[in-house]
Amino acid sequence: MRKILYTFKNLIQLDFLKALYTAMKYFFFRKRVTINYPSEKGKLSPRFRGQHALRRYPNGEERCIACKLCEAVCPAQAITIDASPRNEDGIRKAIRYDIDMVKCIYCGLCQESCPVDAIVEGPNFEFATETREELLYTKEKLLDNGDRWEVSLVRNIERDAPFR
Amino acid sequence: MTEKENEKFRINFGPQHPAAHGVLRLILDLDGEVVERVEPHIGLLHRGTEKLIESKTYLQALPYFDRLDYVAPMNQEHAFALATEQLLNINIPIRAQHIRVLFSEIGRILNHMINVPAQAMDVGALTPTLWGWEEREKLMTFYERACGSRLHAAYFRTGGVHQDIDESLINDIYEFCDPFLKVVDDLESLLTENRIFKQRNVDIGVVTKKDVLDWGLTGVMARGSGYNWDLRKTQPYESYDEYDFKIPVGKNGDNYDRYLIRVEECRQSVLIMKQAIEKLKPGPIVTDDRKVAPPKRAEMKISMEALIHHFKLYTEGYDVGPGEVYASIEAPKGEFGVYLIADGTNKPYRCKIRAPGFAHLQALDYLTRGHLLPDLSAVLGSLDLVFGEVDR
Repeated sequence: MRKILYTFKNLIQLDFLKALYTAMKYFFFRKRVTINYPSEKGKLSPRFRGQHALRRYPNGEERCIACKLCEAVCPAQAITIDASPRNEDGIRKAIRYDIDMVKCIYCGLCQESCPVDAIVEGPNFEFATETREELLYTKEKLLDNGDRWEVSLVRNIERDAPFR
Repeated sequence: MTEKENEKFRINFGPQHPAAHGVLRLILDLDGEVVERVEPHIGLLHRGTEKLIESKTYLQALPYFDRLDYVAPMNQEHAFALATEQLLNINIPIRAQHIRVLFSEIGRILNHMINVPAQAMDVGALTPTLWGWEEREKLMTFYERACGSRLHAAYFRTGGVHQDIDESLINDIYEFCDPFLKVVDDLESLLTENRIFKQRNVDIGVVTKKDVLDWGLTGVMARGSGYNWDLRKTQPYESYDEYDFKIPVGKNGDNYDRYLIRVEECRQSVLIMKQAIEKLKPGPIVTDDRKVAPPKRAEMKISMEALIHHFKLYTEGYDVGPGEVYASIEAPKGEFGVYLIADGTNKPYRCKIRAPGFAHLQALDYLTRGHLLPDLSAVLGSLDLVFGEVDR
């Protein structure tokens, strides 16, 4: 009896028909899940680790004090810092803060280690370039990123603060 | 030269081949369409992880484990975190244990949702792949919300996990569970009874019980042949002994059995995830030993002692004390182990990584000898190889 049933199922190609039914159900009655990427973007959580930025205090002063903790902890050794007293007031600041974005593995240890919340990994993930040289970020570029993304950076830090 | 000899030839399969699952290069000796010898050439994705880790502190070494088996990143971190914790001889908080179990099982589904459809794609079915990727996308969003990165998590730290997860994420994971079971059922309705899928997989790549022991196969490869061997049950790590789940075991050891086991493991993983969510109670998520885990940021900003700990941990790291340890976990692919030798400094003296895929790949020649060339890609799909961990 089982064999007859099996042969019958085989003959009417039940396996294909069932699969076709399921696939068509998905095709017609399913909510669209793809997004139209450059115009639509997926949601990012406040913890997202994207492009780096150096932040400033609200009065415009750079946060970074060149403690070199991020340079020390970076597993890929992508960060280079030179520190020196500033000419005007003798305050210790970074005169050079380079991140080699080609080496960076986006582990987030730099923003974790920073005691003054200066270096952060922001929500920007669209920074592909045509040449490698453009991915060698200098201090000016990083500060510029910070100014550009400050609003969302602050919002993300505030939203995530209870978990840090 | 006789007619027969003319039919023997040698071809190059990969490294740029869609069925090679990454950067595998195979030198195939063929007799007509029959495979006579398979010679895998690996190392195209070799990054020297083991040697690299010798020059990193324990904290810095952790992100490199995500990059081994990059379809289930947190599972590899888990092995390293367990190894360092065993050396330090510390216990981690209950909540951290359950979060680890939760994300390990998410990792298992991540892996099976790429492997099952990829195996189907190797034998000609495209639709499951699209459904599998869709589920993966949802799970990777959970990863991103927990740790900030979709793939390279750096989340399971020594002594616990990096950041706590909030209620909304836990609820979303819970809501994911039941609809996902429906998708698994639908996925099965496309493949399990399908005659083409069965013709390509039943009795192909048969692994006997003896072969499992001979070739050092673990995970689904061992369970497919009838071994009830799952490290979560046989040597429970973390808090797996508190969980109620079943280990699917195969009978024939062929590709088809391994496919069925993977599908069933997805269901069991959902079961474990639900239990983990129920067990999650508020509490600390990382050990309060300040010589191992850094203090909270708020504390670090006001307490001098906390700041000192913060600076010490992020520059010098911590010393796990001299000793050797082998910690293994049941990764989705098999037994993933980390063997650490610590010499009493802040860096490991040696770190050997036991990748399940490496052992599985060495059996490829044995499994496909005498099979037809199309069977090779079916076996390759069922071995579940990811070259991040094979090449290390």
